[in-house]
Amino acid sequence: MTRLLRSPKIVVGLCLSAVFVLLAIIGPLIAPYNPSTSTSTINGTPMPPSAAHLLGTTQVQQDVLSQLLVGGRSTILVSLVAGVAATVLAVLFGVSAGYFGGWADDLLSMLANIFLVLPALPLLIVIFGFLGKGANPNDAVIGVIIAITGWAFGARQLRAQTLSMRSRDFVDSARIIGEKNWRIMGFEILPNLTPVVATSFLFTVIYGVGTYTALSFLGVIDTSHWSWGTMLYWAQSAQAAQQVHLEWWWFLPPGLAVGLFGTGLALLNFGIDEFVNPRLRGGGVSRRVARRAGLPRRPELGLTPVLAPVLRGSEKAS
Amino acid sequence: MRMITRRIAFYLVTAVVAITVNFFIPRLMPGNPALAVLGRVQAQESKQAIAALELQYGVATKTGLWGQYVQYWSHLLHGNLGTSLNFYPASVGGLIQAALPWTIALVGVATVISFVLGTLLGVAAAWKRGSWLDGLLPAMTFFQAAPYFFVAILAVALFATKLGWFPPNSGYDTTTLNPGFDWAFISNVIDHAVLPAVTIVLASIAGWIIGMRNMMITTMDEDYVLLAQAKGLPSRRVISYAARNALLPSVAGFSLAIGFIVSGALLTEIVFSYPGVGYLLFTAIGSDDYPLLQGIFLIITLTVLLANLAADFVYAFLDPRTRQEA
Repeated sequence: MTRLLRSPKIVVGLCLSAVFVLLAIIGPLIAPYNPSTSTSTINGTPMPPSAAHLLGTTQVQQDVLSQLLVGGRSTILVSLVAGVAATVLAVLFGVSAGYFGGWADDLLSMLANIFLVLPALPLLIVIFGFLGKGANPNDAVIGVIIAITGWAFGARQLRAQTLSMRSRDFVDSARIIGEKNWRIMGFEILPNLTPVVATSFLFTVIYGVGTYTALSFLGVIDTSHWSWGTMLYWAQSAQAAQQVHLEWWWFLPPGLAVGLFGTGLALLNFGIDEFVNPRLRGGGVSRRVARRAGLPRRPELGLTPVLAPVLRGSEKAS
Repeated sequence: MRMITRRIAFYLVTAVVAITVNFFIPRLMPGNPALAVLGRVQAQESKQAIAALELQYGVATKTGLWGQYVQYWSHLLHGNLGTSLNFYPASVGGLIQAALPWTIALVGVATVISFVLGTLLGVAAAWKRGSWLDGLLPAMTFFQAAPYFFVAILAVALFATKLGWFPPNSGYDTTTLNPGFDWAFISNVIDHAVLPAVTIVLASIAGWIIGMRNMMITTMDEDYVLLAQAKGLPSRRVISYAARNALLPSVAGFSLAIGFIVSGALLTEIVFSYPGVGYLLFTAIGSDDYPLLQGIFLIITLTVLLANLAADFVYAFLDPRTRQEA
């Protein structure tokens, strides 16, 4: 665990994601205004940031900061639900496809491949379009529906890994002892797939944020249900980026929030990738650190240096 | 060519699944919203249109589910996607046909640029590991994680509104120009396409860079690369040996990426009011135009499947192992 925390990517990624999850928990409690009510009667022009409204106001004088804080909960909740649900599906389908093989594998792989090539966003638009915009949307339900289109990638990776593990000695011996199939999959194989499960979870959370934001930006999800996507929907329909006096305080915060949350998760993902495959490291080591560790600036061919042990040595020396 | 025939069969199955899903979604949803739409349009539209809609959504019709399904297929195979509610009496097929070339040209050019540029940058980043290119990766990650339409909004704000270098919206100057095959029109179209294309490239390039970099690093450890360098071949030659082999997973990953890129491009079009399928989709959502919505879903899916097939052909051409299998 401490070895994981040594990677700057993991540390930065963890901090970013933690800040946003915290925001999702306390955001609505510390929001200074109701995000939907107009705070003054001068309608028509959005007001730039001021002491009363730290991030300015929208066209109908709603407080942007409050919208950001309230909308964060919905956005992050949906993406986490999507991530958990998709990962559960991916584990169920991927591990059993790889473990059982045969026609079950053929069928499940086919299903995963179909979901992989179907363009997810247009499909979700049709589904949500028919669900109706008027109905009060439930974040958990939205998350699960998004997960239906997002599990296939993880399932394919888990299947490949399970396949390589199916005939290893420890699995064979578990089978000979007489362990049940579900127990072998859940307690013998799955623990060895932890990094793959983790990256596939992070991947689907990123997918969930992007997809939910896109769907609410399009207006297929009730536009009075505050999320970062609906904020961008209103900013775009008021042409906030096209005005002569750029109304940046309106469209910048929600977009940056989505981007930074996604970046945090992606950095975590890269960190895990590098942890599993040390060759990929090098990006995370600054030039100064590399020079101090006595590494060549340009790695020689065929001799890709694995940086971690060298670094640990240099730390001992200093 | 067994690989290609197998892929074609797979895409056919996928297309059938997509078409079937498209048929069942309106029938499975709680409180069929098509009923509400029917109620709304009852006053304004002709009996014929309403009868067609009732048939399309299985409302108040005596035909059974299987009969409706067969009818739906026969309409599709005749190229009949139904009639738009919002642009009545325009047909859904005609509306999409008018919008599709804009989208395909924009997405096609932007995707090719992004793929080529991203792959080259990935090779460079792997070759000079630890150089400034690695420092660029976090910024690239941000553009990858941020939604396409947010990158588009930023591009509009900076390059169109603030600097005024490019027009902020639409596909060409609709007030002064008529579509035609002359230089004035074409240059105007290019001028309007630059900003959306740059947005798509910026938002999609990080994946290619990172994928190529990581694959290059693995390939550079292979013995044949070491031998090439030991022989004293010029670096450019050595790089090309490694890059050619590292490229294969990128091409294979193309089929996964194309769905994302198309979805992102549709959103980009909305920000720019670009006259493509994405903008049409946006109007369809705004006006509850269900037939148009479903038609667009089908056409996008079929286009993506075709693009996938093209990528498979390229892959079979690049990798002789797939051809020898048969």
